[in-house]
Parts: sequence; C-alpha cells; structure tokens
Amino acid sequence: MFALFPYSLRNLWTRRLTTVLTASGMALVVFVFAAILMLARGLEETLIQTGSTDNVIVIRKGSVSEVQSGIERGQAAIVESLPYIASGRDGKSLIVKELLVLVGLPKRDTGKISHVSIRGTQGHALLLRPQIRLIAGRLPRPGSFEMLAGSSIARRFKGGGLREELYCGMRHWQIVGIFDAGNSGFDSEIWGDADQVMQAFRRPVYSSVTFKLREVKDLDIVSRTIEADPRLPLEAKRETLYYAEQSEMMAKFLRILGISLTVIFSLGAMIGAMITMYASVATRTAEIGTLRALGFGRRYILTAFLMESLLLGLVGGCAGLFFASFMQLLTISTINFQTFSELAFRFTLTADIVLKALFFSLFMGFIGGFLPAVRASRMKIIDALRAA
Amino acid sequence: MLIVRLLFKNAFRHKFRAFLTILSITIAILAFVMLRTVIGAWYAGVDASSASRLVSRNAVSIIFPLPLSYKDRIRQVEGVRLVSYGNWFGGIYIDEKNFFANFAVEPGSYLELYPEYVLSPREREAFLKDRKAFAAGRKLAAKYGWKIGDMVTLRGTIYPGNWDFVLRAIYRGKTDSVDETQFFFHWDYLNETMKKTAPSRADEVGFYMIGVDHPDLSSAVTTAIDRTFKNSWAETLTETEKAFQQGFIAMSGAIITAIEIVSFVVIFIMLAVVANTMAMTTRERIGEYAILKTLGFGGWAIGGLIAGESVIISLCGCITGIALAFPAAAGFKKALGMYFPIFSVETPSLVMALIASLAVGILAAIVPIRRAIAIRIADGLRRIG
Amino acid sequence: MEEKPIIVHAEHVKKSYHRGQHIIPVLEDITLCIREGQFLALMGPSGSGKSTLLNLIAGIDRVDSGAIRVGGIDITVLSETELAVWRATHVGFIFQFYNLIPVLTAYENIELPLHLMRLTAKERRLHVETALQVVNLSDRMDHYPAQLSGGEQQRVAIARALITDPAILVADEPTGDLDRQSAEDVLNLMARLNEESGKTIIMVTHDPRAAQRAQTLRHLEKGVLTDADCQAPF
Repeated sequence: MFALFPYSLRNLWTRRLTTVLTASGMALVVFVFAAILMLARGLEETLIQTGSTDNVIVIRKGSVSEVQSGIERGQAAIVESLPYIASGRDGKSLIVKELLVLVGLPKRDTGKISHVSIRGTQGHALLLRPQIRLIAGRLPRPGSFEMLAGSSIARRFKGGGLREELYCGMRHWQIVGIFDAGNSGFDSEIWGDADQVMQAFRRPVYSSVTFKLREVKDLDIVSRTIEADPRLPLEAKRETLYYAEQSEMMAKFLRILGISLTVIFSLGAMIGAMITMYASVATRTAEIGTLRALGFGRRYILTAFLMESLLLGLVGGCAGLFFASFMQLLTISTINFQTFSELAFRFTLTADIVLKALFFSLFMGFIGGFLPAVRASRMKIIDALRAA
Repeated sequence: MLIVRLLFKNAFRHKFRAFLTILSITIAILAFVMLRTVIGAWYAGVDASSASRLVSRNAVSIIFPLPLSYKDRIRQVEGVRLVSYGNWFGGIYIDEKNFFANFAVEPGSYLELYPEYVLSPREREAFLKDRKAFAAGRKLAAKYGWKIGDMVTLRGTIYPGNWDFVLRAIYRGKTDSVDETQFFFHWDYLNETMKKTAPSRADEVGFYMIGVDHPDLSSAVTTAIDRTFKNSWAETLTETEKAFQQGFIAMSGAIITAIEIVSFVVIFIMLAVVANTMAMTTRERIGEYAILKTLGFGGWAIGGLIAGESVIISLCGCITGIALAFPAAAGFKKALGMYFPIFSVETPSLVMALIASLAVGILAAIVPIRRAIAIRIADGLRRIG
Repeated sequence: MEEKPIIVHAEHVKKSYHRGQHIIPVLEDITLCIREGQFLALMGPSGSGKSTLLNLIAGIDRVDSGAIRVGGIDITVLSETELAVWRATHVGFIFQFYNLIPVLTAYENIELPLHLMRLTAKERRLHVETALQVVNLSDRMDHYPAQLSGGEQQRVAIARALITDPAILVADEPTGDLDRQSAEDVLNLMARLNEESGKTIIMVTHDPRAAQRAQTLRHLEKGVLTDADCQAPF
C-alpha cells in the first residue's frame, strides 16, 4: 500500500500557514478539554483521597455536612461504646470526636479572607488517617493551644506556617507542626485539641465522630444500630462516601460547564478543519483525477484525505495536551459550595485523560475531514482532470 | 456605497466557504457572550446589594450565631435606622437538587429594609399575621407551581425535622436585578420550635441586617457596632452588604478567573478560523491582486480590500451570534435559573463581542495583506493560468 | 510485412454529455481499430470529441453504447473497481499539463503506479531507475516538479506512463504547454519509444508538428469515424 502517511504529511507541510492555523484552533479546544478533565479529576482525587474505606463517620441525621451537624457529648459517648470499633496497637479504640469550625483567615498573596476549617480533634487522629504524614515540626501537646496545619494552609494563609501564630476564637494558637495530606481535603485544614477548640469557640458539641471498623463488612450493622437507637439522632456513613458526596455539586458543576464548553468550542474548530479540507480538495482536484486515472481507487482517495485531517487533529491534540500539561503547576483554591469551606486542588493529568484528549482530537479531525474526503472520492475522473 | 458592495461580493464569492466561516464565528461569539453573561450573573448579587445596608455576623466564624439580645444594643448605635435579623435555614425541598435560598427573618423589619421586594398590601398583611407563613419570590413560586394558600414542607438540615409552611405572599422585584428566588419565613416560628425541642439553641440569631440613615454613615456605623461587642461573648464582624457579597465571590475567584480566561480562548479559536479562511482566499486570488497592482492600486488599497472582506465576514458572524445569544440565554435561564437568579445578556457583553469581532477581522487579515503586498506583479500574473 | 494484431477495437461507440436538461451529443458513431506498435494521431476541430474518445479508450470515461476492446478485453463491461485495476496495468497516461504530484519527487512520481502492484522496494527501485534512464533524467530524480522545467516534467510524466509496461500509451496534447525545443525533445522520445520498443501510442493533438511524427492520422469530424482498417480480421 502506497505510503499514505508521508504523502499526507507532506501536503500538510506544503501549506504550512493553513496547517498551523487549523491545528491551532483544534489545539485550543483540546487544551480546554484536557484542562477541565484535569480539574475535575484533581477535585475527585482530592476528595477520594480524603477518607478511608474502613472508616465510618457519624453526623447528625439530616445534616449534609459536618459543618451543619451537632453531636452532644452524651451521644458521642454512646457511639464510643459500640463493639464494632477497631483498636490500635496500644489497645485504645481508634475513634475521634471532632468539632469543625469555619474561620475567616487572610490569604498570603491577596490578603483576602477565605473560610478555613479548624478541626478540634484528639491525638490519635493521625492513626485513623494513614494518608496523612507529619512533614515538619511535631504533634501538638494534648490540651494545649498548639495546632497542626495542613501544608496547603501553611503555604497560602498568613499565620499558617510553622512556628507562626493564628488569632481566632479570641486566642492565640501556635502552629507547631505541618502535615501533608496529599491531595485530600484535609490538606486545607488546621487541627487542634478538641477540648480547647470547644472552649475557645464556646461550642459544647461535636460535629462528628469518626472511627475505624474492626471489620469492613460491619458497616451495615453499625449503621442500623445507630439509626435504630432512639437516643441517637445520628446517621453513619462510610468516610469515603461522605467525602465523595461533598464534592458532588462542585464536580457536577465543573463537568457540565466543561463538557458544554468543549462541545461548543469543538464545533468551531471542526468547522475550521472542514474549511481547510474542502480547500485542500479543491486545490488538488487535478491530482485526484490523476491518481484515479493511474488506477488508485475511490477508497484510496477517501483514506488519503481523511488521513490528512486526522493528522491535523493529531497535531492539534498533541500541542493542546502539551500546553495543558503545564497547568499541573497550578493549584486552584476555591470555596466548596456545599461545605462553604476552602478547598485546594490541582490539575491532575492521567494517562486516561491523555488518551481521551488524543481520541477527541482525532475525532475532530475525522468529523471535519469526512465530508470533504467523500467529495474528493466521488469526483468523476474526467471532471477532475478537466479542472487542470 | 460601491466599496461596501464590492467587499460583500468578494466575501461571498465562495459561498460555501463564507457560510462555514460565518457559522464558526457565530458559534464562537455565542459561546463568548454566554460566558460573559455567566460571569455577570455571578456578580449580580453584588450589584443588587446596597451600600446602605449592613450585615453583621459572628466575627469568629460565619456559622456561629449571635445572641438575640444584641438587637437593642445595635439599635442604639448612632446612625442606625432599622435593625432586622435572621437565620440561614438551609432546608431541603423534596430533595437536594431543588436548591434555593431559604431563611428565617424578623418579617416586619426585613420587608421594611428591603423595599425592592414588592408585595401587594393584602398579601403582606396575610404574611405578617400567620406565623407559619412564608413568602416566595415570583420566579421560585412559578418554578414549583406554588399558589397562595399552598402548604410546603422543608426538611431541615441545620434545624432537624420536617417544617411545614403556608404560602401567603409572592413578591416581585422592583427592578430586573432583584433576586426573585428567595424563600423566607417567620423567625419566631423557628425560635419557638427551638425553645421546645432544643432550648440551648433558642434566641440565637445568624445575622443582623442593619439599615443606616445615610450611606455615608456606613463606615462609621460599621466600626461603632463592632466596637460595641468587642471582647464580649460573641464578637461581631459588620460590613456593608456589598462587601459581604463580594467576599463570597472572592472565594470562588479562581473559578471566575478560569471562566474569563476560557471566554478569551474562544476568541482565539475564532481568530484561527478566520485567519485561515483569509489566508486561503488571498492565496487563491493572488493573481487578481497582481492585476490590481498593474492597474495602479497601491498597498493601502489592496490591504483595505482584504481587511474589509475579513471584517465583513467577522461582523456577519458576530451579528448572527449575538442574535442567537438572546434565545440561548433564555433557554439557559430556564434550565439553570435556580443557580443564577439573575441571568440576562448585558450590553457590555455585546459591546465586547463586537469589538472582539472587529479585532479578529483585522488581525486575521494581517498576514494575507503582507503576502499580497509583497508579491511581485510578474509572479502573481503567472499564477493565474 | 506481417500485419500486427489489433490491440484497440472501438465498435459503434456513442457518447453524449448531459448538462442539466440538455443532452449534447459528442460521439455519434465511432469505429476505430489500432494495431499493436502503431503511433496514431487523432485530430479534429475543437469540440469534435477527440479527447472524449481518448478518455473512453483509456477507461476513464464510460460509453453510452458500443464496445471497446483493448487487448481482447471489453472494457465497457468492467466495474469501476475492475477498471481501476485494468488501467493500472494496461494504460499509460501523458497529459498536457503533466499532472505530476507536487509533493513527490521525480523518482516518487515515477514510482507511484508501482505501488498498485506487489513488488518489493528493491524491485521498484530497479524499474524506476531504468525508466529514468530511458527519459534521460537520472540526475534529476530527487527534484520536485516545481524545480523542473516544463519539458523535464513531461519527460517524468512519460517515465511514469511507461513504468508498468502498459499495453497502450495515451497522450492528450502532450506538447500543448511546451516551448519549441522541449516539444521537439518530447516528440523525439515518443517516436523513439514507438520505433525502438514498439510501444502503441494514441495521441490527440492540435499541433501539426506533433501530428507529423505519427505514422497514422485519423480525423474526427462531427463525432463520426469510420475506420476501413477494422474490416481486417484479428
């Protein structure tokens, strides 16, 4: 089979300006497409990594998130006494009773205030959340005004760095350690001693109780036990599911926005490709006639022109992906509509997204080039030659 | 004018290509205007807010309440005309998908503070009289088909349980920019229920809304109020309503910036397509430009012809795009009206679209013009055969 | 002298063109016989249908009625695909405007028809280099058409036409776009191919000088041609 690839490639190279312009249009579309997929993926990863499958989080029934929930001390104690909770190496139950408070803190770069989550918790919170590592400083002393800050907070908020001080709840709190929670939501939180936080903010109730299951399959029975208990107006959820639900609205918003934008843009780019390919066919009418006269069939002509527009798409796709990959250097910080708290996440490029983007660019090339290629293949030989 | 007719004829010489190009531009302009409208809608809340209303909430955390007892002390601050208060309720109507703002307010003072919510006197009275009454904006009531006298139940999230309300008043906005999707009810209904079910949460206010005698007094009153409660059980943070809204917007600043950037990306896509068309068209007609040169037409004339053609194509696409934007916006509003209560195509967006199209038309012609001017007459003539 | 076999036999060929509602008859009744090794020139006034007849014989257009047998095969009953395959091995084309592929070098242009056959790269190279020698362009094989003169381009086209060793060579105004000297070179080449290699050449031309180089002349007037030669048995 005659090497179609170099033939198509050389034709693209000959009309360089047109090739560059058409491919640029497609590259821009692929860029937006990839960026949005990367953003949604980054958001998902952040929230998936938040939480473990063998942890259960208990909040007040009907609350959509911890922020709206309230669990009284007595109720928390009852949950603590359930038999399904795993124990740590020191024999103590792996359970934390936490209070979540939203506080306005100024950002380092703009000085603007954003709501940050302060989590009052107990010492073994880190045991429950193995994805989190202490990367600087030390753990706070129990019962003190010392705090741990997530690395995202330390980077982006005034007073959040190691050995810096925060003023909130009418107290000064010292940051004695920084933890890295990877891409998870915890990275945008500050942790302190639950009792001190409760006192400072004058909230005598917890927001949530989280514990590790002794056996993962016990989730159902735990859930039913809690909900059946008339003393407990609470509900239990798998931690990963809870966090996934937090991001639902935002993820959905991003995806809808993203897909509709991309579809619209791609229409524009595909029309651009179509214009180019029609012109290409028109310019090479005599060539088409010659090839047909020499014995190359209709299907060959169709394939040759399709390959050209596919190559256009591919070039555009690679360029778009190339530039999109630089977005990985950016961190987006915004407010999660559902929880009202600060959430930071990155653009994440995965192999899956690369494939999708390339496939999409080839698709654009195909659609844009199809009708012109059909026109080229359906020309009558003598008509084509007469155009010479 | 002969020139314009000539430009038009040239632009549409290759009808199919002109059609495709204009189609592409139409789509791009449509997308551009929609995106700018989305951004505008996001800021609509800010525009609608007033500089002579203040919002006061717990300084420590927005989710913490303020005591009801603050009401009298705030009223005594100099410059304060009116004090109202409310709590964000956050109830769910049937399921989470039906999102709208719902909150408990002190009804009499609230309505006085918000004259832009217009109610008929009879409905106003009915609303004030019935403690279980709620008032809904016109758009909200229309969306769910609520009529006066209907009973509506909300599932509480912050305040657990199922709460029943009766629709007694439907308000409409005095101007287009007023949010007609709000749901508010009597604060006393909330408080009395709390006193019975969770007494520790009674007599707590989420925010105070304060009306000042004169907008110029805002800054002084803000400071005065916060000073009054400094070092007390719950410190207040007071700001103008505008600043309060802006604060929320700033927090989703990243998303807005992203949308702004994307709206310009689409202009570049448009530029690529138009530039491509002009490049191809000029290449095909290079012989003609050579002939024009032999006839004595200079670079400016030729440049003008090419640029004129490019601008005409661009503007045609712009006009059709703008024309389509209005029905598109209407459709968008129908589908997502709850998230964007104010959604209408604003003149600034249209002006921007027009300017962008002009710019694209001119920029797209630059390289073709340079090529046409540079061609040597002999070379150009040879290309005709 | 022994008469060579008839290689092209067109019998009562009829062809009209349709332009919208109008039917324009071009060929009314054509009967033509061409023997192997003949160098035939088809002449006639503009619009007489000589190019049309050439196209029909070459298999790039279809008759309305009648039969055309080339090397014994009636090409009027072949399908589109079969015709394409047939053309590749039986016909060599020489066009007025050369019709070389601009993005391919002279070598690659000549090699083009060979891709429709099953040959190895080495075999193809052999054929192309031989053809280049025949047309005397071995030193220009890596040049693109834009870098060649008109005469050189036409010689490349001739090499391309020869490469599959076709039964017939058809040439439509081969010297129409050439200057005097190049036309001379091309005609010499064609004459040589005919005399030395016995190639059957059917040429349509306006140019009297070109017509002179052919052995046989046939005139096409008002779409009718009766060929006495066709009475002879095969």
